Amino acid sequence: MRNVAITELAHVVRSKNSGPYELTFDIIFKDLSCFDLAVKSGIFTPELFASLYKIPVQDVLGVIEYPPALAIKATIVRMRPAGSVGETDVYGAQQHAPLLTITVPVEQGE
Amino acid sequence: MKKLTVLSPTAILGYGFPKQSFLDGLTHNPDVIGVDAGSVDPGPYYLGAGVSFTDRAAVKRDLALILPEALKRNIPVIIGSAGGAGAHPHLDWNREIIEELAVEYKLHFKLAVIPADIDRDYLLENLDKTSALGPLPELTAETVKEAEAVVAQMGWEPFVDALEQGADVILAGRTYDPAVFAAYAIKLGFPQGPALHMGKILECAAIAADPGSGRDCMVGVLDEEGFTLFPTNPQRRCTIKSVAAHSLYEKSNPWLLPGPGGALDLSQAKYQQVDERTVRVTGSKHVHAEYQVKLEGVRLAGYRTLAIAGLRDPILIKQLDHVLQEVRAAVQDNFEDAKGYNLHFLTYGVNGVMGELEPTPTPGHEVGLVIDVVAPTQEQANTICSFCRSTMLHFGYPGRISTAGNLALPYSPSDIKAGPVYEFCIHHLLPAEPNFFKPEILEVGK
Repeated sequence: MRNVAITELAHVVRSKNSGPYELTFDIIFKDLSCFDLAVKSGIFTPELFASLYKIPVQDVLGVIEYPPALAIKATIVRMRPAGSVGETDVYGAQQHAPLLTITVPVEQGE
Repeated sequence: MKKLTVLSPTAILGYGFPKQSFLDGLTHNPDVIGVDAGSVDPGPYYLGAGVSFTDRAAVKRDLALILPEALKRNIPVIIGSAGGAGAHPHLDWNREIIEELAVEYKLHFKLAVIPADIDRDYLLENLDKTSALGPLPELTAETVKEAEAVVAQMGWEPFVDALEQGADVILAGRTYDPAVFAAYAIKLGFPQGPALHMGKILECAAIAADPGSGRDCMVGVLDEEGFTLFPTNPQRRCTIKSVAAHSLYEKSNPWLLPGPGGALDLSQAKYQQVDERTVRVTGSKHVHAEYQVKLEGVRLAGYRTLAIAGLRDPILIKQLDHVLQEVRAAVQDNFEDAKGYNLHFLTYGVNGVMGELEPTPTPGHEVGLVIDVVAPTQEQANTICSFCRSTMLHFGYPGRISTAGNLALPYSPSDIKAGPVYEFCIHHLLPAEPNFFKPEILEVGK
C-alpha cells in the first residue's frame, strides 16, 4: 500500500455554493484508471468530509460518484447562508484547501 | 426529424461575448436566442437592495448586439432573471435599457414583461403549504413579514404564454434557468427532458466547452431524441467530459435536478462525441411531480462599516488572537448597552478565507485585518467600527516595541460605510399553478 496525493490523481479539486445553504465539492479525476483507484480505495465517505470540514456527519448531505465526468462530489451544509453576517466567501469558491490534503491508499504497482 | 436551434450568447447578460462568436452563432439560423440575466450566487444584497449585480453599460452593450440582429431576423429573444435578481426593481431597470435601445436603434417590437414577485399577504395565506428547500427552518409568519423582497422562480409556461401572444422579446423576472432556453421547444412539442437538459447547459453559454468561458457563445440543436451542442468560437470545443462535467457545477446532485413541475433525470443520459467540437446527448428525462415553485427572499440584517488594515509587527502577529480578544472585550464594555450588533475580524494570512476551518492557520510576515461591523443603523456601525479601529491602532500588548501605531491603514477615511446588509431568509417551495406568472404585453418603439 502507498498513499498517493489527491493532486496526482485529480485535475480538478473545487468548492462552490449549491444554492445559498449548501456547499458542494467536486474532485474530477484525470482518467478512468485514477477514478477507479479513488472509488476502489473506499475513503470517499461522509465521514471523510465531516472530518475535513469539522462538522457532524449528518451535515454531509451526500457523497456521489459520477462516472460520466470521472468525478466524486460531496455536499455539506454551509456554516451560514451565503452572504450572511460573518461570511468569508460569498461564492464558497475557496473552501477546497482541506481536500488538497487527501491521500488515496493504492496497491503497490497500481 | 424536426429540429430547433437555440443560441446562448453569454452565461449572464452583461458578462459580454465576442461579437464574432455571436455573428457565427447567427449563421446557424437559431430559432430562438436565450439569455440568463441573473443568479443568487453573488449573494443576498442585490435582491434586498433592488439593484443589479451586472453593470448597466455592459448589459446595454450585450443587448445592443443581440436585439437588432434578432429582430431583423424574426428570432425571438428570451431573457430570464432580469437585472440579476429578478424582482420588480430589476425588471424595471432592465426594461428601461431595452426601451432606450429601441429608440437608439429604431426598433419596433412586442415586449412581454413577466414579473416574479410574490406578494407577502399571499405567502402569509399559504404559509402552511410551503416547505423548506434545504437545511433551513420552515417558514414562519415573522420571516415573511420581515422579508424585504420575495421572488419565485417561474418555469417555461409563462414564456409559452408570452410567445403565443406574439411576443418578439420576453423579459422575465426570476426564472428557472433552463426554462429560458426550453420554452420555445416545449411550446413546439419537443420532449421536455432533452429540452430542459439542453437548457441547463446553454444557460451557462460556453462554460461547458473546453476551454470553458462564461463570456462566449454556445449553440444547441434539439431534435426529437436528444440534442447536440457546440461552441461557436473555433478555439473552443465541446467534449464528452466538458459537457457531462457541467451537471456537477453548482449542483448538489448531478443525476437529479429538480425544477418547477418535476425534475430532470440524467441517470440514463448518454454523451457521444459527434465530431471534434460537437457532443450529442440522448436519454435525458423529465420526471413530473406536483408543480411547486422555489421562493427566494431576503431580510435586512443591518448596516455595515468596515476598516481594512495591514499588520506587520512580528511581536503583535505572534499574539494576534489574544490582542483581538482584548479589543473585542473593550468594544463589548464600551457598547454594553448596544444591542444587535456584530463584530467580525477577518485575518487574511491566518484564516481569513476559511475561518475556524482553516487547516493551517500559520501567519506569515504580515496579516491583512478587516474589522467588519454590522449594526442596526449605519450610524451605530460607524461608531462601533471607529472605536474598534482606534482601540486596535493604539492597543498596548505585552512586549510591544512599535509604539506609534499597530495598523497600516491604506485609506483616508479608514472606515468604509458599506451600507445595508441583507441575508437570505426564504428558500422554500410553494405549490402553484404553472400559469401563476402573467405576462404583460407592451408595444415598444414606434
